[in-house]
Amino acid sequence: MSVVAPRSFEDALAELAVEPDRHTLAGGTDLMVEVNFDHRRPESVLSLHRIAELREWATHDEQLVLGSGVTCATLERPPFTTLAPALAQAARTVGSPQIRNAATIGGNLCTASPAGDLLPVLSALDASIVCARAAGTRTVSIHEFLLGPKRTALEVGELVERIEIPVAQGGQEFLKVGARNAMVIAIASVAMIATSIDVRIALGSVGPTVIRARGSERWIGERGFDPAVIDELAERVAGEARPIDDHRSSAEYRRHAIRVCTQRAAQRIFGDGL
Amino acid sequence: MSASITYRLRVNGEERDISDGWVGESLLYVLRERLGLPGAKNACEQGECGSCSVLVDGTLVCACLVLAGACEERSIETVEALGDDGSLSDVQDAFVEAGAVQCGFCTPGLVVAVHDLLAREPRPDELAVREAISGNLCRCTGYGRILDAVARVVAERGEW
Repeated sequence: MSVVAPRSFEDALAELAVEPDRHTLAGGTDLMVEVNFDHRRPESVLSLHRIAELREWATHDEQLVLGSGVTCATLERPPFTTLAPALAQAARTVGSPQIRNAATIGGNLCTASPAGDLLPVLSALDASIVCARAAGTRTVSIHEFLLGPKRTALEVGELVERIEIPVAQGGQEFLKVGARNAMVIAIASVAMIATSIDVRIALGSVGPTVIRARGSERWIGERGFDPAVIDELAERVAGEARPIDDHRSSAEYRRHAIRVCTQRAAQRIFGDGL
Repeated sequence: MSASITYRLRVNGEERDISDGWVGESLLYVLRERLGLPGAKNACEQGECGSCSVLVDGTLVCACLVLAGACEERSIETVEALGDDGSLSDVQDAFVEAGAVQCGFCTPGLVVAVHDLLAREPRPDELAVREAISGNLCRCTGYGRILDAVARVVAERGEW
């Protein structure tokens, strides 16, 4: 049994190459719950907390490059409120201040919960996920990375190194419905991203993983936006959700919440607000 | 491969050695059960309630979600370190005076969260206070007297 906490990403990959079964620990806000409740009994852990390079970020050629260890507390504040407003909004809705101080974007991706708050935004932005192993890196589209509930394309021996998204060019909104405002797992969420050429919409907590509302995106792309189409757009987007009944909500309410969140997101981006 | 792990923590300025630890133990468990520091409370063990709030390298976190064995070389501060020589801190005093302590179970976590807020933001508006304590559940007070307590500290510190 051991906990290793290397100081460089290269050393972390080398550790994983030697012992691929190590549990990877990022912010701990998902893994430790499973350990505390005895759903996992880790024998050995690879903690990423000492790796400063994973907490770095930069902009290059209108791309925002985020290290996988960037926390939600970082993302919810400037300059991300202008570089990636929807991501900042989503980060601010995660858990509590204590959780956001620890939880990372890489952890949110790798846990791949259907309710992961950052995931609809990353989907709507067509994020690229750079996965690394000791032998080299590969870049995977978010759409190929998220395979299903708690399932990703990350292979044994790989770590997420960084996430690449475009810097915001137009309006962006993220809306989430839960039982209350703070400390809540999403019942439904909507990310809407407008660019100079299109509108992208992604839905959280209403399917086994994030759903891109591609039919609605095509419809609004052909139809063109004006305030009169908001209700029909919301209806179409709600129709693309695949919600289920569970302990958190009914499928019917989830679909309704998607409809309302879509209306509000469209009003905020295209109308004179709400 | 050994069945247990040994490591050293720096808690409230003191070096503390942990031996025979299990690799999966949370910082909360180690503080309470191995180091005799029961100030951080154990309630939900999933980061929902904030009653185990501590500072790790100056950052407010839930100790139940921190792997103790990954805390070597990190500075850990608990509610026990807030007052000088056994006296109450100004935040703790204000909680008592405002009637913000009822059953008291959530109080240590709230006190740590309020110290953290006021260290970063000495004059927060009410929304900032509400957001800062949104991860700390209190089932007795309804939060009104907790907000009063924070306002008292802000006013008192402002007079200096």
